[in-house]
Amino acid sequence: MRDDTTRSSATPATSDLPTPLLELRDLAITFSTSNGEVEAVRNAHLTVMPGETVAIVGESGSGKSTTALAAIGLLPANGRVSNGSIIFDGEDITSASEKRIVELRGSSIGMVPQDPMSNLNPVWKIGFQVKETLKANGLPSGTQDVAKVLSEAGLPDAESRANQYPHEFSGGMRQRALIAIGLSCRPRLLIADEPTSALDVTVQRQILDHLDTMTEELGTAVLLITHDLGLAAERAHKVIVMYKGQVVEAGPALELLTNPRHPYTQKLVASAPSIASRRIESAKRAGIETRDLLAPAVVKAASLDTVIEVEDLTKVFKIRGSWGRSTDFTAVDKVSFSIARGTTTAVVGESGSGKSTVAKLVLGLDGATSGSIRFDGVDITTLGRKEMFDFRRRVQPIFQDPYGSLDPMYNIYRTIEEPLRVHGIGNARSREKKVRELLDQVALPSATMQRFPNELSGGQRQRVAIARALALDPEVVICDEAVSALDVLVQAQILNLLADLQSDLGLSYLFITHDLAVVRQIADHVAVMEKGKLVEQGTTDEVFDNPGTAYTQALLAAIPGAGLVLPPEVA
Amino acid sequence: MPEPTSLPAPTEAPTPMARTKTSAYPIEHFVADPDETPVRATDSTVSDAAPRSLWSEAWRSLRRQPLFIISAVLILAVIFVALFPGLFTNEPPNENCLLANSDGGPAPGHPLGFTVQGCDILSRVVHGTQSSLTVGLFATIGVVLIGGLIGALAGFFGGWVDAILARVGDIFFALPLILGAIVVVQLPVFQQNRNVWTLVVILVTFGWPQIARITRAAVMEVRNADFVTAARSLGVSPLGALVKHVIPNALAPVIVIATISLGTFIVAESTLSFLGIGLPPDVMSWGNDIFSAKPSLRSNPMAIFWPGLALSITVLSFIMLGDALRDALDPKARKR
Repeated sequence: MRDDTTRSSATPATSDLPTPLLELRDLAITFSTSNGEVEAVRNAHLTVMPGETVAIVGESGSGKSTTALAAIGLLPANGRVSNGSIIFDGEDITSASEKRIVELRGSSIGMVPQDPMSNLNPVWKIGFQVKETLKANGLPSGTQDVAKVLSEAGLPDAESRANQYPHEFSGGMRQRALIAIGLSCRPRLLIADEPTSALDVTVQRQILDHLDTMTEELGTAVLLITHDLGLAAERAHKVIVMYKGQVVEAGPALELLTNPRHPYTQKLVASAPSIASRRIESAKRAGIETRDLLAPAVVKAASLDTVIEVEDLTKVFKIRGSWGRSTDFTAVDKVSFSIARGTTTAVVGESGSGKSTVAKLVLGLDGATSGSIRFDGVDITTLGRKEMFDFRRRVQPIFQDPYGSLDPMYNIYRTIEEPLRVHGIGNARSREKKVRELLDQVALPSATMQRFPNELSGGQRQRVAIARALALDPEVVICDEAVSALDVLVQAQILNLLADLQSDLGLSYLFITHDLAVVRQIADHVAVMEKGKLVEQGTTDEVFDNPGTAYTQALLAAIPGAGLVLPPEVA
Repeated sequence: MPEPTSLPAPTEAPTPMARTKTSAYPIEHFVADPDETPVRATDSTVSDAAPRSLWSEAWRSLRRQPLFIISAVLILAVIFVALFPGLFTNEPPNENCLLANSDGGPAPGHPLGFTVQGCDILSRVVHGTQSSLTVGLFATIGVVLIGGLIGALAGFFGGWVDAILARVGDIFFALPLILGAIVVVQLPVFQQNRNVWTLVVILVTFGWPQIARITRAAVMEVRNADFVTAARSLGVSPLGALVKHVIPNALAPVIVIATISLGTFIVAESTLSFLGIGLPPDVMSWGNDIFSAKPSLRSNPMAIFWPGLALSITVLSFIMLGDALRDALDPKARKR
C-alpha cells in the first residue's frame, strides 16, 4: 500500500522521461553538535538517470559528501535527514527501515570510498574482502568469482592477488580493489566519493578511465563527488555545484563551463587550476597573447643571475633490514638544476619521486650524500654552524598542511615574530612594526595578531605561514606543496599572493608540487622528477608544448580535464 | 591496462569541449537564486570574538562540564582541609587520646567517634589529609619532572638515546611497586629517615616510567609536525625547538595522566602505610589509620570507614578531574 503511494508521488510531472534512478528532493540534513543543530545541507535537488554519470563539485564543507552519504543511508550518528525525500528507483527510502537500506546497499547502490589506505581492512586478504561482499549480497562467492571481480577492475594476475593483504598493494591497486568491491554486485548506482584524490595523477587517470569503461559496460549510474571542476566536467554528463550546503547550479558539463550563471560557479570556473591551465593552452593554440591569463609575476625580465645551483645532488637513505643489515635507497639521484633570481622553478613529480627530499636538502635540514648546492656561489653543504645559521635567513619554507605548519600554542604575533627574535633583529617595538607590515603584505588585518591558529581558516593560516617565511627578508622561498591542501578559490588567491610578493620583493621560488595544472599557472621553469631522477627540465612553455619524455607526456595527459578544449574567452 | 580514451592530438582544432560526455537524457540548466546563497568573500572567518588560545578553549569547555565542577570543588575542599585543619576540628589528633574512649561511638564534640586508642576520628581524618595530599602532590611533581624529561629526550632525539632510555624505563616499569618498595625500604638510609619525603622518593623511583612513556609518545607525534621543521629552518636549535614548540604541544596527555596518577599515588601511600612500610606510625595519614583500625574491624567498623571514605573521595575526585581534563584537552576523544 504505502509503497504504491510513494511510487506514484515519485513519478515526475513531465512523465515522458523514465523514472530517475536517484532523486533527492528539497533535501535538508541536520547535524546535532555540541553547539546545537547545524544544517549541513538544505534544499538539495538532484536527479541521476539510469546509466548517467553525475558529478557533485564543491569545496570542503560544501555538503557534497554528506549529500551522497545520505543517499546510501550512511550519515554519521549525529546527522539526520530533516526535510525532503530521497527516492531510489521510484521508492522513497528517506525513512526506510535499516533492513531495506542494507538490502539496497551493495546490490543496488555501491560505494567507492575516498581513502584507499584506510578503507580496506588490513588483517584480511583482499580476496576475502571481495568474497564478503559477494556473500552478503547472496551471489556466488567461489575463488573463481572473486578473481573475476578483481580482474574486471583491472587487477592483473587476479587469482594470486586475491591472496595478498592490503599492505602488499599500492594505492592505485587498493583503489582498484575497492572499485571491484563496489561494483562486484552489479549495482545500478555507484557512489564514488573523491575516489582518486589520494592518488597520483597518472594513477588517477587510469583508475577513472577504467571506472568509465566498466560503468559504461554495466550501465551503472555514477554519482561522483569531487573538488576538481575539471575532473567533473571531463567525466560526468551532468555537473552539480554545491556551495554552503546548497545546490547553486546544475547542468550539462559543457553548459556549466562555458556559461556559468551563478556567481559562485563563475568564480570556480575562473580559478580552478585544471580549467585555467587548459585556458592557457587553448589561448596559446589560438595564438592569443597569454600574459593576462598567467599569474602576473610570470611576466618579468629574464634574469641571468643564478641564485641557487644544484649539482649532482644525491641523497641515499639506509633502510634498516633484519639483523642490522641495511640496504641503500637512493631517494635523490644526481639531480642538477638552477634557479634564476626572481623566477619560479617548479619541481614536479609523483609521490616517491624524491621531490620533497630535494626541498629538505636545499633548506639545509638534511645533509646530502654527495653533490653540491651552491647559494650565490657558496656551497651550503660545507657550511659551519654559524654560517648555516646566517644562511637560514636567506631561504625559508612554506609547507603543505596549513593545519600543521603553525604552532597551535603560539598566537599569530608570536608566530611571525619568532624568526625575528631567533635572529635577534630589532627591539620589541620595531618587531611589532615589522609584524604589522608583514600581515599587511599578506592581506590580513593587523587584528589577526592576537588570534590563534585554530581560529583561522586554512587559507588564512597559509598567509600567516607566508608572512613568517618572509619575516627575515629571504631571497628564496621553498613552497613544498604550499597550495595543495587548499580549496580551489583559496588556492587561486594564495597563488596570486605569491606572484604579487614575487614581483614586489624579487623573491625566487622553488615550487615543489605534484600538480601540473598549478605549475602551468605559476612557474617559469619546470623540472620533472621520477623515482629520484630528474628526467626533464626546461621552461614551462617548452615542457608543456613539447614534453620530451613519455613520463612527462603521461603526467600532462593526466591533468584532470586534459581532454577539454576550452575557448580562451571563457569566464 | 585498457586505455579506452584517446588523447587529443595537439594539433586538434579548438572545438570547444572535445571530450565532455553527452547524456541520453535532457539536462536542465538549474541556477539557484544568487541572493539566496550569497557568495561570501573567499576565506572570511576572522570574527569579532575575543581571541582564544587552545588553553582558553579548553577552559571554556571545562567550565561547562559537571564532572569537572564536582571534582574541582571536592579537590579544593580537600586542599583547604589540608591547609587549615584547625578550622574543622578543635581536638588535637594525638594528645587527647583517652583509652577510656577506646572504640567509642559518636559523642558531643566527637561526631565520628573514637579509634581503638581513644583518639578522635574526625580529628585524625582531618589532620591525615595533609600527609596524604603532600605525598600525592610531590610524587606527581617528581614523576612529571623526571619521567617527562626522560620521555621528552627519548622521543625527540630517537635513535640510541631512545633505545637506552626506553629500555631503562622498561626495567623500572617491570618492577612491581609494592615489591620494590618493600625491598627499598629495607635499605639503611630509608630505615633511618622514614618520612613523607622518603616515601615520595620511593614512589617517584617506581612511578616515572609511565609518564616517560606517555611523554615520549606525545613528543614523537609532535616532533614531525611542520611547525617544528619550520622552526628548525629558522635556525632554532634542536633543544630550543624541543623546549619552545614540542613540549608545550605534548603537554596535554601528560597533564591528564599526571592528574589521574596523583590519585593513585595517594592510594599507593595508603597501601604502603597499611603494610607498615610507608609513613612511620607517628605521622598521621589515612593509610596508617586504616592499618591501626584493622584489628577492631568487627567491633568498630566506623574507625576504618571514615579514613577510607576520605581516601576514596579524594582519589575519585582526582581521577574524575583527569577524565574531565582529557575531554577538554583532547577534543578528538570527546564523546558525542
